[in-house]
This record gives sequence, C-alpha cells and structure tokens, in this order.
Amino acid sequence: MNDRLKTLSRGIIDVSPLMIPVVPFGIIYGVIGMELGLSAYMTFGMSIIIFGGASQIVLLQLFSGGASSLVTITSVAAVNSRHLLYGAVFSEYLSHLKLMWKIILSYVLIDQAFAVSNTYFKKNKNNTFKHYHLLGAGFTCWTIWQISTILGIILGSVVPEELGLSFTISLTFVALLINDFRKFKNIIVMLVSGIVATIGYNTIPFQAYIIVAAIAALVVATLLTLITLKKN
Amino acid sequence: MHWSTIIYCGIITYLTRFSTIFLLKEDILNDKTKKILSYVPSAIFPAIIFPPIFLDSAGYLDFESNPKILAVVFAIIIGFFSRSIIATILVGLISYWFLIFVYYQ
Repeated sequence: MNDRLKTLSRGIIDVSPLMIPVVPFGIIYGVIGMELGLSAYMTFGMSIIIFGGASQIVLLQLFSGGASSLVTITSVAAVNSRHLLYGAVFSEYLSHLKLMWKIILSYVLIDQAFAVSNTYFKKNKNNTFKHYHLLGAGFTCWTIWQISTILGIILGSVVPEELGLSFTISLTFVALLINDFRKFKNIIVMLVSGIVATIGYNTIPFQAYIIVAAIAALVVATLLTLITLKKN
Repeated sequence: MHWSTIIYCGIITYLTRFSTIFLLKEDILNDKTKKILSYVPSAIFPAIIFPPIFLDSAGYLDFESNPKILAVVFAIIIGFFSRSIIATILVGLISYWFLIFVYYQ
C-alpha cells in the first residue's frame, strides 16, 4: 500500500469511533427538520451546504422561533467561531499545500476530524502526505453525516410529534459539553450564557438572545483567563 | 426558511474553517486567544439549551412539574460520570418520556 493510501485509511480508522454519536445526532437533525415543516430537499441541502451539526440545529431552532436571517446568520457565525482555532492550529501543518487542497480540506474541518488529525499531525510531522489523514477523517464524517441525515428525513415523516423529539436539541448540546462539566471555570461560563439567554429570550429583540448571551459569557471567559494567567 | 439563509450560513461556516488555514503560515494565535476560543462551546451551547427547558410555551419561567428540567438533570449526571454522548442523550430522552407518559399522566 502506498503512503498516501495508508495515511488516508489511518484517518478513516482513527475517526471511526467518533462516528458513533454522529449517527443519532444526524438522525435527530433530519427528524426535527421534517417536524418543523422543512422540505426533504432543504433539510438534506443544509447538510451538504453547511455540513456542521451544531450550526444546522441552531439554524432550525432560530427558524422555529421566527428569527430574522441576519440574526440567524450571526448566531451561526458565533457557533462556528471555534473553527478559527482549528485552522490556526493546522496552518503550521497545511500552509505548504496547494490552494486546492486548502479549499477541499476546509470543507471537512469539523470537530471530530480536527480532534483525530491534530493528534496524528503532532506525532507524524515528517509524513509528506499527512494531509491525507485529514482528508480520510473528514470525508468519513461527511459520508456518515449525509447518510444519517437521510435516515432522519425518512424517520421524520413517520415519527409522531407527541414524542417531543425537539427536546433532543437541548440534550444533544448538553451531550456536546460533557467534557467541560468537570471544569469549574467552564461551568461559570455556561451558567452566565444560560441565564442571560433565558432572561433575554423575551427581552432582547429579534431573537438575538444567543448572540448576546454568547458575548456576555465570552467576556466572563476572557476575564477568567486573564485572572488565571496573572496568578501564574 | 429561505435557501438564501442556508447558503449564507454555509458560506460563513466555510469561511470560519478556511480563513485561518488560508491566511496563516504558522500558528500565530497566542495561548491567551486559544484559551478563550476553547470556551466558545461553553459560552454558546447553554444559550441554546436553557430557554426551551426553563421557559414554557408562553415564555414564562416554569419550574413546577417541568419534565425537561428533571430529564436534563438526569442526562447531566449520566454525562458527568460516563462521558458518553450517546448515554447522555438516551438517558435524557428516556427519562423525559417516562416523565411525560407515565409519571405526569
């Protein structure tokens, strides 16, 4: 097996365990899209065009609350701002690549692919074809996400509304935070965000409560970071 | 929902992934910035989680006989100990169903 193929399949294998929670996430997304009355094309189109679970579910939630496009787009941008970090960390490994590679790899630079390829890049700095790892990991995520979206779209037309599946939006985001529950500072940031959003839900115009809450919580996160750095 | 909103969201999502890979030659973000960016999920997800759980359909705080609060508490406890995404979602959903279909009936 040549080095390209070897690295590519390493990426596929490394990311596979992380795909287990992606399947129910994708199904939930598809089901909720259908329950909110979106067409199957639109629900699936979002998975292709946006390809980001958290962004897509935020989009659905704001749509169901009647938010304007501007607020929706800004909120999605806020949710995605963490990707700036991923790109910055990877720039050192990918800056030598041709533009086409950067264009393709950016499309699949999602949480799970970042997590496994970052580990791989650190250990295999000298592999000339290390970017194939991200390619393999990223497109594995992409394929699984599209398939589970389709499953959700099919299930969405048969699952009764009484099951209250929209509650799984909240549960999914709770689940995405499980690694931060043990960190005291993260809990403070979470509480600030949640409380500001709950109070702001009725008082902040244009459904901008997510943006306002996120900014308030990030200010607190910045203060906490500065205080900790000063101490050390 | 308009296709244009989806396309704009797609572009903005893509740009957040592409921009730093494209613009930076090496990792120039300092540790402070990285630390702050690492708080982004904690700063945003609760803003999505809290309102639908604590507010009723009329937008008022609802602490009494609210199955969602209890179900999320169970989910958090399981998530804390198991660190499993699937277990967290499943326990939350099953306890929610138990509460609405059995307990509160």
